[in-house]
Amino acid sequence: MTPGDDAMRATLRGRHFEAVVIGGSAGGVDALVALLPAIPAGFRLPVLCILHVPGGRESRLAELFDERLPVPVREAVDKEEIAPGTVYFAGSGYHLSVERDRTFSLSCEPPVHFARPAIDVLMESSADAYGPGLAAILLTGANHDGADGMAYIRARGGFTVVQDPGDAQVPTMPVSAINRCKPNLILPLARIHALLPMLEMNEP
Amino acid sequence: MLIEAVYLKYNYDFRDYTGASQKRRVLAALRAMECETISALQARVMHDPAAFSQLLQFLTIPVTEMFRDPDYYLAIRRLVVPFLKTYPSLNVWVAGCSTGEEVFSLAIVLHEEGLLERTQMYATDINADSLEAARRGVMPLEKMRVYTENYQKAGGTRAFSDYYTAAYGGALFDRALIENVTFADHSLATDSVFAETHFISCRNVMIYFNRRLQNRVLGLFHDSLCHRGFLGLGSKESIDFSTYAQRFEPLAKRERIFRKVAS
Repeated sequence: MTPGDDAMRATLRGRHFEAVVIGGSAGGVDALVALLPAIPAGFRLPVLCILHVPGGRESRLAELFDERLPVPVREAVDKEEIAPGTVYFAGSGYHLSVERDRTFSLSCEPPVHFARPAIDVLMESSADAYGPGLAAILLTGANHDGADGMAYIRARGGFTVVQDPGDAQVPTMPVSAINRCKPNLILPLARIHALLPMLEMNEP
Repeated sequence: MLIEAVYLKYNYDFRDYTGASQKRRVLAALRAMECETISALQARVMHDPAAFSQLLQFLTIPVTEMFRDPDYYLAIRRLVVPFLKTYPSLNVWVAGCSTGEEVFSLAIVLHEEGLLERTQMYATDINADSLEAARRGVMPLEKMRVYTENYQKAGGTRAFSDYYTAAYGGALFDRALIENVTFADHSLATDSVFAETHFISCRNVMIYFNRRLQNRVLGLFHDSLCHRGFLGLGSKESIDFSTYAQRFEPLAKRERIFRKVAS
């Protein structure tokens, strides 16, 4: 059984978020197509999205979603300040990190779990920057990227949501994260869809 | 802090490197060098230059490949080479050359365009081990398949295997390619300009620097480049946020090739 809206609100009580990070791999584009339209116009939080895209190819995800969402969608640029209410995508071929001054930085370090950009890299650096103010969502995928990142976010007091493996196109990544950390919530995509707009509602 | 201590003792300046990536590299060094804490690592590095040299391999990022982003090299061939051909002699600076992959890639392009013989290339880095590897010119053999594909996409006109000899699991590149290359220890953080150059290639180096250091480096490049000289950056690097944004104009926007604006 999955929690209703009131139960989810109760879980979020007392929390004040400053950013959302969403990671996904195999099946992730479909999951984001289902999930991101939950973001309402005027959404306050920056949303940092990272999907594994086959190497060498330019990611067109920002363009794809910019037409569909009521908030600005952009590819994250090196040294750029993270703006509120904007959806960012990690580009291909470079790791994406968040600095403590809440700017983006890119790097060419070796792939993590064969992935560059790696979800762990973005999640761990975001946890350092936002601490308990970070909400993280891990979606479908065929590898183990994101498990360390989610555990690290949890350890820094952040809020973690993993897609229900039974609901995921490829369950490996959610299962790996669930085994590695005890997420705050395990939800099917439809419930994450309902949760997403709630993340900005609680004031400090 | 470790980075401050490294600067004071060894005069390697990582103080204006960005934090998240540097933190990951220090943590990787901690694991590899089997230190419990950063202060333990610091104590060891301060008393043992060999340990410092080991740490340096983590603090710098020797990750590169030949003909990375083939479009960049294609743009050099098509858009920069015609200008370079008008000079009787050329100075080319590969800043942050790491283990030499980009030096050899550029040398191959210049060779195929008939420019290599009149080019003096400066390949600089702060990591002596990387420079030594670059001088040796031996690349892992298993990378040759990807490098060959990159080379072809970059407009290569020969068989890529003409440039190297395979032996003992390595690909030994032709020495003639680096006959006119000076490999030198040079820090973009602390050292100054050393030559007038026509083309500077500095790819995926400045992403590790904060804005202050990026500005310093772009200043160095601006000072070094000749009138209307060329600057090539990494595929996701921008000069938009720097104080030098107006001092360069894009020649190939997507490929990140810029030209010094006449002042």
